[in-house]
Amino acid sequence: MSEEKKLKLSQTLLPPESLKVMAEALGVAQAGEETCQLLSEEASYRLKEVAQDALKFMHMGKRRKLTTGDVDFALKLKNVEPLYGFHAQEFIPFRYASGGGRELYFYEEKEVDLSDIINTPLPRVPLDVCLKAHWLSIEGVQPAIPENPPPAPKEQQKAEATEPLKSTKPGQEDDGTLKGKGQSVTSADAKGKEKKGPVLEVAPLRLKPRSVHELSVEQQLYYKEITEACVGSCEAKRAEALQSIATDPGLYQMLPRFSTFISEGVRVNVVQNNLALLIYLMRMVKALMDNPTLYLEKYLHELIPAVMTCIVSRQLCLRPDVDNHWALRDFAARLVAQICKNFSTTTNNIQSRITKTFTKSWVDEKTPWTTRYGSIAGLAELGHDVIKTLILPRLPLEGERIRAILEGPVVSNIDKIGADHVQTLLLKHCAPVVAKLRAPPDQADAFRAEFGFVGAALCSHVGKARAQAALQAQQVNRTTLTITQPRPTLTLSQAPQGPPPRPPSIIKVPGAIALPVPGVGGGGRPGTPTQPSPPPKFIVMNSATATGATQQVLTFSTSPAPTATSPVTTSVPSVQPVVKLVSAAPTVPSATVTGSVQKYIVVSLPPSAGDKSGPGATPPPPPAPQLSQYPLQCSQ
Amino acid sequence: VAVEDQPDVSAVLSAYNQQGDPTLYEEYYSGLKHFIECSLDCHRAELSQLFYPLFVHMYLELVYNQHESEAKSFFERFHGDQECYYQDDLRVLSSLTKKEHMKGNETMLDFRTSKFVLRISRDSYQLLKRHLQEKQNNQIWNIVQEHLYIDIFDGMPRSKQQIDAMVGSLAGEAKREANKAKVFFGLLKEPEFDVPLDDEDEEGENEEGKPKKKKPKKDSVGSKSKKQDPNAPPQNRIPLPELKDSDKLDRVMNMKEAARRVRLGPECLPSICFYTFLNAYQGLTAVDITDDSSMIVGGFADSTVRVWSVTPKKLRSVKTAADLSLIDKESDDVLERIMDEKTASELKILYGHSGPVYGTSFSPDRNYLLSCSEDGTVRLWSLQTFTCLVGYKGHNYPVWDTQFSPYGYYFVSGGHDRVARLWATDHYQPLRIFAGHLADVTCTRFHPNSNYIATGSADRTIRLWDVLNGNCVRIFTGHKGPIHSLAFSPNGRFLATGATDGRVLLWDIGHGLMVGELKGHTDTIYALRFSRDGEILASGSMDNTVRLWDAVKAFEDLETDDFTTATGHINLPENSQDLLLGTYMTKSTPVVHLHFTRRNLLLAAGAYSSQ
Repeated sequence: MSEEKKLKLSQTLLPPESLKVMAEALGVAQAGEETCQLLSEEASYRLKEVAQDALKFMHMGKRRKLTTGDVDFALKLKNVEPLYGFHAQEFIPFRYASGGGRELYFYEEKEVDLSDIINTPLPRVPLDVCLKAHWLSIEGVQPAIPENPPPAPKEQQKAEATEPLKSTKPGQEDDGTLKGKGQSVTSADAKGKEKKGPVLEVAPLRLKPRSVHELSVEQQLYYKEITEACVGSCEAKRAEALQSIATDPGLYQMLPRFSTFISEGVRVNVVQNNLALLIYLMRMVKALMDNPTLYLEKYLHELIPAVMTCIVSRQLCLRPDVDNHWALRDFAARLVAQICKNFSTTTNNIQSRITKTFTKSWVDEKTPWTTRYGSIAGLAELGHDVIKTLILPRLPLEGERIRAILEGPVVSNIDKIGADHVQTLLLKHCAPVVAKLRAPPDQADAFRAEFGFVGAALCSHVGKARAQAALQAQQVNRTTLTITQPRPTLTLSQAPQGPPPRPPSIIKVPGAIALPVPGVGGGGRPGTPTQPSPPPKFIVMNSATATGATQQVLTFSTSPAPTATSPVTTSVPSVQPVVKLVSAAPTVPSATVTGSVQKYIVVSLPPSAGDKSGPGATPPPPPAPQLSQYPLQCSQ
Repeated sequence: VAVEDQPDVSAVLSAYNQQGDPTLYEEYYSGLKHFIECSLDCHRAELSQLFYPLFVHMYLELVYNQHESEAKSFFERFHGDQECYYQDDLRVLSSLTKKEHMKGNETMLDFRTSKFVLRISRDSYQLLKRHLQEKQNNQIWNIVQEHLYIDIFDGMPRSKQQIDAMVGSLAGEAKREANKAKVFFGLLKEPEFDVPLDDEDEEGENEEGKPKKKKPKKDSVGSKSKKQDPNAPPQNRIPLPELKDSDKLDRVMNMKEAARRVRLGPECLPSICFYTFLNAYQGLTAVDITDDSSMIVGGFADSTVRVWSVTPKKLRSVKTAADLSLIDKESDDVLERIMDEKTASELKILYGHSGPVYGTSFSPDRNYLLSCSEDGTVRLWSLQTFTCLVGYKGHNYPVWDTQFSPYGYYFVSGGHDRVARLWATDHYQPLRIFAGHLADVTCTRFHPNSNYIATGSADRTIRLWDVLNGNCVRIFTGHKGPIHSLAFSPNGRFLATGATDGRVLLWDIGHGLMVGELKGHTDTIYALRFSRDGEILASGSMDNTVRLWDAVKAFEDLETDDFTTATGHINLPENSQDLLLGTYMTKSTPVVHLHFTRRNLLLAAGAYSSQ
């Protein structure tokens, strides 16, 4: 007859001992057991009464949170003097202590240095209440503006990506997630029930209705504006456009377009060696990743190859000796690391496949220095564990290679620059890891014995890394001391694990870049960047699933989708580019551009790109760079 | 609440003095339970209604006679059997374990002073009576006799579903005769105006083609109101204030706007403009918007009342006395000249209350503003000077809601003291006191014809009061939580109510019947509003959604055969999903107020709460 759900009743009573202590504090020396028992029952009852009244004030105040003010008003109702001068903002300021089988909550009274209070700057004045109007709905349709919640919540996008059969059409009718309170679901809510139940049991397998991605005129205009601004020449406009991509909640519908735009753009501009545009496109990827309302998993099969290309491509710019394509590689490497962190699961194995790709190209003898650099950067960004298991063991070998270039007979200036960069990169990434692995006395000889050519330099870097870590630990300790309310989270920071993660800096195009080949890549014009590139900043990502040795062979050659689970049912019907990553033989060099501005047929890179060091000596180009040299068969 | 305004407590409680054997209580109860559960299906649902009141009274008897351990075990054993909607009361009950506790406890006093009302068919009642007499179960029989009011009706026993729809209030259902009084729910005849339409304001001039078209329409509106609505109260049933010139002007404006009103319907949903209060720090407690949608007022937990202008026109106050004396009183634009342009601003803050402001209401002529607060007062503010004119004292406890009559002059307030009061702005004492609710009066609304007042309460009932004589003419039960919002349909026939249970219930005022239930919200409904022509009902809730319901369809297929009308037993169709026309999520902003502009644009308001 009644619901199964049992009423939760609190039978808590104040412990009589507390009352005894209170009585003693008031000077009543001998309160009997029985008295205390009675008093505690009475006090508990009154407390509950006050709490129930306080709830009333919370409801009338249209809040979900009970405040101390509510309790004050409830006391006032009972003609009890409210507590004065006791205003806790957020938390209950009691501290807990236990020991000797006793548990105690106490109010911590700190000694406060007056001069501290006087010298602390005044807090900011809280903002005054203001009124802001927006359209919640226009003739029944909710506009996708930042003031409204995203039309398709991220959870739903995720569900669609991972469990395509279970999800329904995005729409506002979907309130299944809101049913929190065990409200009785009306029988007409059959749609919701069906959705929740295991699909295969409920109905005969129902094909998901093909969702049509039609963009409204406004959305098309927006898309045009944004893409043009992103690859256009005005830096201010670009910043605005990227900001919009990173924050706008209504981009869900346009995601397939953006994804195609980026992958096509990279494909074309890698061939054209248009560094500036590649950088712009990577910034778009970053912005998309930053958007809290988007779930990119379904589009990774387009995005990952594009980003990988920007890391390991043999050549990304017209003048490899002058242009700072290294920064782009660093930036893209961070992006890939972020993708791994966000989307790698045991089913799609993104991280292990990516690790495999990097390792394979690095290990290869014939890999040019640029690709080598990219592979190492990509691996290093994946976290300390990866550095430890994959990079450190190869340090001696790599050092030897670097030495051969730097100290050996002059082969080519480009190689020299490359080797130099690889060395710097290795030192930068390996030092903090080595600093943690090895005990302090850093001796150059020992390092040289273990790590070979780079050992000596590494030794000094490790020293610096140690100093820095110590400095930071000190800072952390100092802050812990000054904080008066120790909270559990702070205990974690006692052992600092390297520098705290910083957001990767947005790459600015170096001023030295010559701006080549206008008019490709989504109608984009290369910009006129003015700011020099800042020294690349590195962030340390502690990837939880940094697998050292991966067994699985990663082959990008077969399927366009690196994500095993991503459905292709909902992808764009119109332009679905075929992305092929072939790691076998090189293909015929020919590039044909036909038709309208946005369509390209680019088949391969000119072979000269790979033959700079030894023309003719290396018949098949090394495999890894071909990540970028995949035959680009763009459908018309 | 202080005890003195209650009937003598000991007298009330002494009814419990009669002693039964405390150890047998559990046996009595489980015996009855066994009997009811074994009875025929058709009777079981009806007799099950007995469980809760019997449980409460037996428990209270045990507590009163100081059989604490028996009371405790009785409670533990049987509280799980009670319907889930009595949870809140059970929670109060469970904390009450001693005779001394009973003294101040309002909930329990109510239980004692008022009889719990049950509606049971004659057959079921006979069955019960026979059983109790056979078993000589005097303890239960006494309780039934003394503490319950069994409203016996002839006819088919009600189904479980029918019963569930109607029960849930603190004191059972309403007695049938409570809803029998005649209610004049029709609208008052609107006075006619022969004001030429062209020359009032600039807006008319802008669109010169319009006035011609409007004239016939205006006539049709006038002719409609010429016919006296048969359900309307006599025009002078309660004295209403004379219309001032400015009021007439406003009515004409209203009619003009009405001519341009969007016709809403399932195919044509209103646009919603949402006013978000930013930086309110969870302190927004009340909102109101003027009928012409030019001003919005917020009541805040920090005791302030803030008035915003939402049109480009800034809020201006009258100049100081010294400045006023300098004005040429004969000039044509004297009304303009008295306004102080220098201090004009978009926002005016009114200070005066000393506690959270729980209710605000603009007067229909936009000259006054009411606010009520935790400090027990209702304040009347002038929107000409932005100062407080009167503080009405009467409720000694927090005042939860207040509202102006649609004709101005009168206003109603309701508060923690469980009464609603009717005031006139020029009297410092209330004209009527509406007493009868068993818990706080949480919301108050005037009927569109100003002759009636609806009040919602924490006792989970809605009452309709006659302004003329102060009588309670309707009691609506069926909500399972405190009522927080009320809305009359524009034609005055229907009432919509929303509560903490997340349901909207629809009532036919004339017949005194529940006619619909709208399920969908998952949290307290704080705002309800009908569109200007009554086609759409909008509801706003703590669950951060605005929902639109098809009101026409909800009231359309009413089965009102004689039996239903006589007994009030209605079969509610489960059609919430069909009636729901739209759900609009806000970004963590609970919806506190809803308002349809004269052209049927929906305005919503709430404070953004960053969790």
